[in-house]
Amino acid sequence: MPKNMFNTLFSTVYSAIMETVGLLAEPIQRWLGTQRMGYFFVLPNMLIFGVFILFPMLLNFYYAMTGGTQLFPQDRPFVGLSNFERLFTCGDFLNPNTCVEDRFWRAVFNTIVFVVFQVGGMVLLALITALILNRKIVGRGFFRSVFFYPVLLSPVVVALIWKWILQRDGLLNALIVSLGGERTLFLLNSNWATFWAIVVSIWAQMGFYMLILLAGLQAIPKELYEAADIDGANSWQSFQYVTMPLLMPTMLVVLVLSLIRAVQVFDQIFVLTGGGPGTSTFYMVQYIYVTGFSNQIQQFGLASAASVVLGLTLLVFTLIQLRLGRTNAY
Amino acid sequence: MKRLNLLLVFVLLLSLASVSVQAQNVIELRMTWYTDGNEDQVMRDLLDRFEAANPDIKVVMDVVPYSAILETLPVQLAAGEGPDMARVTDLGGLAKYYLDMSPYLSDTAYWEENMGPFLKWMRTPDNDTAISGFMTQLTVTGPYINRTLFEQAGIEVPSDTRADVTWEEWAEVTRAVAEATGTQFAMAMDRTGHRFAGPAISMGAKYFNDEGKPMVVGDEGFRAMAQMLLDWHADGTMPLEVWAGSSGSYVAANEEFINVKTVLYMSGSWQIGQFAKNIGDAFDWEAVPNPCGPAACTGMPGGAALVAIGTTKHPEAVARVMEFLASEEILGEFYARTLFIPGHLGLAEKGVDFVTDVEQAKQALSVFASQVGKLDPIAYALQAYPFNRVIFNATRDRLTQAIVGELTLDEAITRIQEDIDAALAEAGR
Repeated sequence: MPKNMFNTLFSTVYSAIMETVGLLAEPIQRWLGTQRMGYFFVLPNMLIFGVFILFPMLLNFYYAMTGGTQLFPQDRPFVGLSNFERLFTCGDFLNPNTCVEDRFWRAVFNTIVFVVFQVGGMVLLALITALILNRKIVGRGFFRSVFFYPVLLSPVVVALIWKWILQRDGLLNALIVSLGGERTLFLLNSNWATFWAIVVSIWAQMGFYMLILLAGLQAIPKELYEAADIDGANSWQSFQYVTMPLLMPTMLVVLVLSLIRAVQVFDQIFVLTGGGPGTSTFYMVQYIYVTGFSNQIQQFGLASAASVVLGLTLLVFTLIQLRLGRTNAY
Repeated sequence: MKRLNLLLVFVLLLSLASVSVQAQNVIELRMTWYTDGNEDQVMRDLLDRFEAANPDIKVVMDVVPYSAILETLPVQLAAGEGPDMARVTDLGGLAKYYLDMSPYLSDTAYWEENMGPFLKWMRTPDNDTAISGFMTQLTVTGPYINRTLFEQAGIEVPSDTRADVTWEEWAEVTRAVAEATGTQFAMAMDRTGHRFAGPAISMGAKYFNDEGKPMVVGDEGFRAMAQMLLDWHADGTMPLEVWAGSSGSYVAANEEFINVKTVLYMSGSWQIGQFAKNIGDAFDWEAVPNPCGPAACTGMPGGAALVAIGTTKHPEAVARVMEFLASEEILGEFYARTLFIPGHLGLAEKGVDFVTDVEQAKQALSVFASQVGKLDPIAYALQAYPFNRVIFNATRDRLTQAIVGELTLDEAITRIQEDIDAALAEAGR
């Protein structure tokens, strides 16, 4: 098809669509006025947000204050804050065994440990990897791809691969035994299971954050490094006074995203360890799932209350980080 | 020529319209089904036969994982979005969603006569005459052994000479076999409170107090069995992978048995079909009578039923399908081909000619069938209790915590009771 014909066809179709939109928009503009016309354009997005995010969120708040096993909100008795009271009744908050909902607190502590080590470890490793891959090294493109590939895998596939590696008769134990070592129950010992849950999670996600940091590093003007060089700054000083300050906004994005994702951890670990051994890798989202769905008596109210707590915690973390980001803005 | 073309188009349109009208007249029913072995294929085959004889009804089978039956189906039913029929195992817990087919059945006496005891499991307290479905299988829990390993070890199978072999004796002898043959584990048990319940009742567990309320605190039999389970995990008799390796779900140990990693496997009759298929005669496997404790030598009854769902828009059509499937001839064929113990008294009495060449499967079926009459009354009461999964799940999860050392056994038992009480209180709101 000649180019001119294509352009003519395209502009005809485009004009037809715009005229149709205009037919609808013009009377609305007359009614709303030009100033408020912006609301009309964001309305579709707001509707989707309202129906699929805001409404379920509000419904979740309501469920958190209801009891019983009925599914529909109108059938559920209102119980006020008793679900929250149940979650927060503890003899000693540092000892889950003294709490009425001990598994909730085990899940909370497990999630805290996971978040601290997973986010900390991952951001550090992603930064180091990004710094290395930002240099002109041999096979840079290859290594960038290699680090990013695990991100493309489904969490279930990642978990199954690692399960084959880590189980009693898995690859790692086969290697250890062939080297004369003793078989280790990596997924059946609490400490090992926690360690591997964190490692697997870092392995699966690090490439994504590395890529964001790499983009941040490449956005730093070369002139600044040259200026630092002229001023006699060594490599560490360049990193400390040029790279880090300018990378901070990107770091903040990475921190917020990875933290939210870490708190929401579920599918990968559920397949890898099932939350075990015992409750060693039992995290908050699994608690919500088990309480709300996998028991014969499905306690939607308690599960909703726990998810409200989880949501508020995430909100607080995010606000703190944004605040810190603003304070440290360069 | 033009006229001929017009005529052809007219005929074509007419036949299309007729197909469309026919399609509109066909009632489509949906059946949610899960499968352990070949029962999905057998059921489809039977339904094809039904559809051939009843062209006005089409049954679509949605074969789902068992976990979907436990977790997704109840939510669907609560939302009124369930299928027309479903294969379920939580017979009492979901009873409020079933359809009472009595008004649509041509011969309710047949159902009462042949399925009476099992119909009770599917009823709500306010309707003690409802007929909602039939058992696709009656199950009995009990152990399997790998006889080949006993022979290789030169150790006699204790149940060959005595019927009252205790759990302690089985543990001791299977440990000796495992040691002699280099097998990884002596025993394995599915990770579920249901499998644990039979041995616990044998040890004297009562599960209910005098008022009929679930009670495990102070239940010495329950505690004794729980202690044994803990000890077997601590000394390596049982694999940690099955019970300790998870936090909140059912885990079967059938792979351990199939792959000769365990000498004895505590599971149940529903494994026969897949063992016949996956093990065949690769080694001598067989079912042995339920081991004994001071109180009994019992397993747990159980089973799956195909039930009609109350929200169906076509109750009469559903009843016609169910009548066909529950008829003695068809149900007999289903049990025979799936190697399931019949949940039909007439067929149980006549005997089912199971379709298998695997001698081990025939032996196992015979052992499990013989166990039905020997099950303890507490086992039947526990199975009939509508909220039994609350007890089973709490038992499973809290004992796991005790196995890995997060709780002491006494703390675990207290927590089991608290979990049961909290769930029942929620259900009572």
